[in-house]
Amino acid sequence: MVENRPILDFICHLILIVGVAIVVFPVYLAVIASTHGAFDFMSGLIPMLPGDQAIANYSTMLGTGISTSGTPPFLPMMLNSLLMALGVAVGKIAISILSAFAIVYFRFPFRALAFWLIFITLMLPVEVRIMPTFKVVSDLGLLNSYGGLIMPLIASATATFLFRQFFLTVPDELLEAARVDSAGPMKFFWDILVPLSRTNMAALFVILFVLGWNQYLWPLLVTTDPRYYTVVMGIKRMAAVADSYPQWNLVMAGVVLALVPPVLVVIFMQRLFIKGLVETEK
Amino acid sequence: MASIELKGVGKTYAGAVRAVEGVDLAIGDGELVVLVGPSGCGKSTLLRMIAGLETITDGTISIGGKVVNKEEPAERDIAMVFQNYALYPHMSVRQNLEYGLKNRGTPRPEIDSRVAEAARILEIAPFLDRRPRQLSGGQRQRVAMGRAIVRQPKAFLFDEPLSNLDAKLRGQMRVEIRTLQRRLKTTSVYVTHDQLEAMTLADRLVVMNAGHIEQVGTPTELYDRPQTLFVAGFIGSPPMNFIDVADLSSDNLTHVQAGAPGAKTIGIRPDGLTTTANPQAIRLETTVALIEPVGAESHIHVRWQNRMVVAQMHGRPGFAEGEAVTLYADPGSIHRFAADGRRIG
Amino acid sequence: MQSKRTVFPNKVLPYMLLLPQMAVTVVFFLWPAGQTLLSSFQRQDPFGLKTTFVWFDNYTRLFKDPHYVGSLGATAVFSIATAVVSIGMALILALAVDRMVRSARVYTTLIVWPYAVAPAVAGVLWWFMFNPTIGIFAFLIRKAGYDWNHTLHSTDAMILIVLAASWKQVSYNFLFFVAGLQAIPASLKEAAAIDGAGPLKRFWTIIFPLLSPTTFFLLVINVVYAMFDTFGIIDATTQGGPAQSTNILVYKVYEDGFIGLNLGSSAAQSALLMIIVIALTVVQFRFVERQVQY
Repeated sequence: MVENRPILDFICHLILIVGVAIVVFPVYLAVIASTHGAFDFMSGLIPMLPGDQAIANYSTMLGTGISTSGTPPFLPMMLNSLLMALGVAVGKIAISILSAFAIVYFRFPFRALAFWLIFITLMLPVEVRIMPTFKVVSDLGLLNSYGGLIMPLIASATATFLFRQFFLTVPDELLEAARVDSAGPMKFFWDILVPLSRTNMAALFVILFVLGWNQYLWPLLVTTDPRYYTVVMGIKRMAAVADSYPQWNLVMAGVVLALVPPVLVVIFMQRLFIKGLVETEK
Repeated sequence: MASIELKGVGKTYAGAVRAVEGVDLAIGDGELVVLVGPSGCGKSTLLRMIAGLETITDGTISIGGKVVNKEEPAERDIAMVFQNYALYPHMSVRQNLEYGLKNRGTPRPEIDSRVAEAARILEIAPFLDRRPRQLSGGQRQRVAMGRAIVRQPKAFLFDEPLSNLDAKLRGQMRVEIRTLQRRLKTTSVYVTHDQLEAMTLADRLVVMNAGHIEQVGTPTELYDRPQTLFVAGFIGSPPMNFIDVADLSSDNLTHVQAGAPGAKTIGIRPDGLTTTANPQAIRLETTVALIEPVGAESHIHVRWQNRMVVAQMHGRPGFAEGEAVTLYADPGSIHRFAADGRRIG
Repeated sequence: MQSKRTVFPNKVLPYMLLLPQMAVTVVFFLWPAGQTLLSSFQRQDPFGLKTTFVWFDNYTRLFKDPHYVGSLGATAVFSIATAVVSIGMALILALAVDRMVRSARVYTTLIVWPYAVAPAVAGVLWWFMFNPTIGIFAFLIRKAGYDWNHTLHSTDAMILIVLAASWKQVSYNFLFFVAGLQAIPASLKEAAAIDGAGPLKRFWTIIFPLLSPTTFFLLVINVVYAMFDTFGIIDATTQGGPAQSTNILVYKVYEDGFIGLNLGSSAAQSALLMIIVIALTVVQFRFVERQVQY
């Protein structure tokens, strides 16, 4: 700090407290709403303090869902989301680290072409190719399957670039020492590169887990069978109907269930999260 | 242990850059040969070709009588010590030492005994369970050596292993490497750009320049009878003074040509210049420009015909800067070189 | 392209290593993108029996379609407003945190987590607060004399999606600004303070200029975010309404393709989106290049 100005410090604290309040308020409201009974909203004004229906609401959501809006119970949906998030994160990390290994540690015809093909995926977000991608997935018979939910999302230019960047900083001599020590390519990969990449993998995992959990458009397209619904799309389905049949307490309980897992991951792995975020964006 | 033989070895990179050409060299069993030369002279490339880390585009390399051109580094049964040590950062010292042995399927008891032996020789036993990052530079250097020793390879290849250490530690490690190599009698090839390190370590020295060998010989041979201008200028510190014969006065010229006619350049080592008058010697009328006291001796930089010449003298000569001084060089101690840079006589 | 000084000699292995990534890329990215381009030049008859090649007809129709032109405008307003609001708020918070010593970590934790909230969930949260019948903000605004109703008023709808989108993006921008501020040497601020510059003057003359590369980078990233990652927010709040006023490009592609089943038009829109992404990616990478030289 440059100089000691108590007034400036006070203003800064004030700004931060207001900022935090703005950031926290929507979720606070959701948590509060999820603890009330359905009739507490009839007055037209949302209560600002917790109610006593929390256990009832959450157990309804987890166990049975809202049958009137065709929403299945949340527990299986959350499991689907978990599977999808893990599948996307692990899949992306696995295929990216292998590609980066090939590109950095081998010289072969079409190496540059492979690099550019991976680069191009950066410019083709799902939204730009939804119809044909949907058709491919449907032709492959992957609608309503975990494969269909996960596979089309696991190509990753950014993860590949991150590993490539990291590998380029690994001293050349390490590879040479390993070759002198009789380690073949895959042995070098498992014994040296993978352990050295652990932090990068963990940081990437945090980002990709959140990304996978929060997928919305893609699950919306490829699942019509409630057994494969993910929690984020479940929420939306429920909220869409809630306007005519207002069970706000239950909708908000669902919202809280949908946002808590990724938020906890980010909060508890904050250091890795920040590293992953700052480094994946070039 | 084995001999290493290089025949007509060359390396051409794509784009026709010749890094190494026409290298013939026979390294005897148990010998320590130092490759020395300025950066970019091809010495590291040559070492890496012996190791199998660079492909060989011309000639053959054999280790222990077997041509190894197409063999992987691991198949050549050599061990290498790298400049930046190249220790696996996520493994303990012990795991670093064991890694190569495990990959070769060495039985566990043998691994343990070899690691214990190497740790004892190098005095790294207390650090076996630490990670490389917890060690000092000198300790890491020892671990890198240990990794080579445990393998009991046919040859050690050293790629500037001391250049990351400070001057004092470098001197100390140099002595240790020499002692160790004498004791283990493992054929060794050692690359350095530091001519002092080269002179003190080598059984034989190989001076390289622009991809080819300038001269091979014992350190004294190279110092006393450099075969080319390049070697003459590279070996010795302070470096040899070169004087163009055309710049010499006629009586000086007679002394030079008495030894051998046709010299284009003569070289005088700084310690070959004295102030003792001698009518048979080459005489240089100079002005003192700068005196560097270096411990027991002094380096006197003098100006002669608009160029700088260095003389090396014992003790503290009583010159003042700016004073005129006549220096003498015995014709027997000078080196004569022809126009193509080759030694005459 | 860079690789290691020495590489492994294997001839087949690298292709095996690349195979999974290449398979996914070709099957789910390149092939569909090619299909998109192809069908953007075609038109299907209403029964889907016959396809004819119509050259750029789908494109020219788009630009004559007031809905598409309106969608372009809505996208521009939405993405610029989102970028400005979230960057502005993040900058103020980052500056404040930069003065903190002990409490910086706590504040950071409290500010960054909305990054982890799904866009669709963020949409539901804000929609709940502004819901005309039950929302607390809708209630307060009505008390203040304005009849808030984002299901009827275009401006209200736009404000709602901008708020929801910005709320989620503040954490991201905040982290980059904090990193940017930490990269400014303390000696520079101290030198300015010794030269008699107060905090505000220091900000405008020293800190802000030094942060401008970060700001520009975030501007590009935020526009990309607003254009492509906000589908969930729109779908959860306004669904493009009222009267198409918040029907941004990605939402319209989806609507025309999946709901309206107008394949040619949807493909042409996708192709145009592709051009926008490519342009933004180029801008982003050229900028990164310049930053490296800097």
